[in-house]
Amino acid sequence: MELIGPVTESLATHRQRLGPVPALASDELIAELESSRLLGRGGAGFPVGRKWRTVAERSSGRAVVLANGAEGEPLSRKDRSLMAARPHLVIDGALLATRAVGADDIIFYVGAEHQAADAAMRHALAERQDIRGRAQIVRAPAGYVSGEESAAVHFVNAGDARPTTTPPRPFDRGVGGRPTLVQNVESLALAALIARRGHEWYQDRGRWSGTGLITVSGAVNHAGVQEIDFGVTLGDVASAAGGLRGDAQAVLLGGYFGGWADVDEQWGLPLEPRSMRSRGLGFGCGVVHFLAAESCGVEATSRILTYLGSQSARQCGPCVFGLSAIAAATQRLAARSPQADDLDRILRWGGQLAGRGACHHPDGAAGLLRSGLELFADDFAQHQRRRCLTVSRPERVAVA
Amino acid sequence: MGETIEVDRIRCDGHGLCAELLPERINLDDWGFPIVKRGPMPDHLVEVARRAVDTCPVLALRLARSA
Repeated sequence: MELIGPVTESLATHRQRLGPVPALASDELIAELESSRLLGRGGAGFPVGRKWRTVAERSSGRAVVLANGAEGEPLSRKDRSLMAARPHLVIDGALLATRAVGADDIIFYVGAEHQAADAAMRHALAERQDIRGRAQIVRAPAGYVSGEESAAVHFVNAGDARPTTTPPRPFDRGVGGRPTLVQNVESLALAALIARRGHEWYQDRGRWSGTGLITVSGAVNHAGVQEIDFGVTLGDVASAAGGLRGDAQAVLLGGYFGGWADVDEQWGLPLEPRSMRSRGLGFGCGVVHFLAAESCGVEATSRILTYLGSQSARQCGPCVFGLSAIAAATQRLAARSPQADDLDRILRWGGQLAGRGACHHPDGAAGLLRSGLELFADDFAQHQRRRCLTVSRPERVAVA
Repeated sequence: MGETIEVDRIRCDGHGLCAELLPERINLDDWGFPIVKRGPMPDHLVEVARRAVDTCPVLALRLARSA
């Protein structure tokens, strides 16, 4: 286990296990990351090497590295598990990033409620001589959008964890107006391994090249964080989680910004970002959540959209009004007491959301809704008729 | 090439003047917020688009040169 473990690794154990970080020049390191084809693990899956190069080109030696461990995704545990178990690997990655992009300061942005991660990172920073005076921990406020990159920068700058209009993007003008590399903590940890072992090591992992953390939850016997080599299948992951509890009727892949998928269809296919993208799915932040057979897909979709609506930063009209109207309509559908045209309206509204916010919050919600409307199409149609395919509850009787 | 209309979504308050001036490119959703057609704008609309940009009460629109 490279990235997770039962206890917090001390600096001595960490050094003994992995040895020192090699002193690669900026160009060499970025070239290694590009050759590794490592994709970011915060959710958007942007190529890490290209992101570092973009900041390096703008930094003039005064950039900032913001290690993003906010992990606001409700079903994800992997970033806090990584920081709690391997804080020094995350710190190594952040230090490498400062050298590669030309930065002097590091901010570790850690979810305020993730106490084990916060404690491990604080303890680890105190153990390090090589980072003294250059790093600080900023506690990320709870909330889904706090970890969005412009929101993270905004919080550090002004104490306000709401996204800002881009451009300027953080890589142009971020913390203190300086070019800023906002990089997920798992991406940094993987960069620290690739720097030590070369891109071949990463490319040789698994049938689909690469390795990473996922969080498995829902209708499995042992929910939790798994470290996988890419190429393992959904079925492998379910087995490693102690097997399914009953028949799962769907699986949520990629988190709340990801989408519902058919368990049988995906069972033998690899969990890997590029392969999933070619199947119209998102790896996102590595969330794998099995929906139990007795749960209603319409209700589950409604719950997620209601949550996402509640997490809007309430800055942009389409998100404030459109997303909350969609959430309300799905709630009526889930309760089997819809208005006459609720299903038609969410189809139309859902199609209008994408690309119409300062951040991608409405885009993520629209994608989740679309996947639910496709996978649970029959059940949505039944709910519009006040019936439910999954839950055989008696219809509500109107009381006079 | 060509120009596109970009909306600052945080500034936009849904006044809707842009859709009145430039219905060829901008529709409003059920709450009065603009939905901008994708793709570059035909040349003959650029002047009107400039007027829409100048007319927005909260200065939420701009014309950007698209790649």
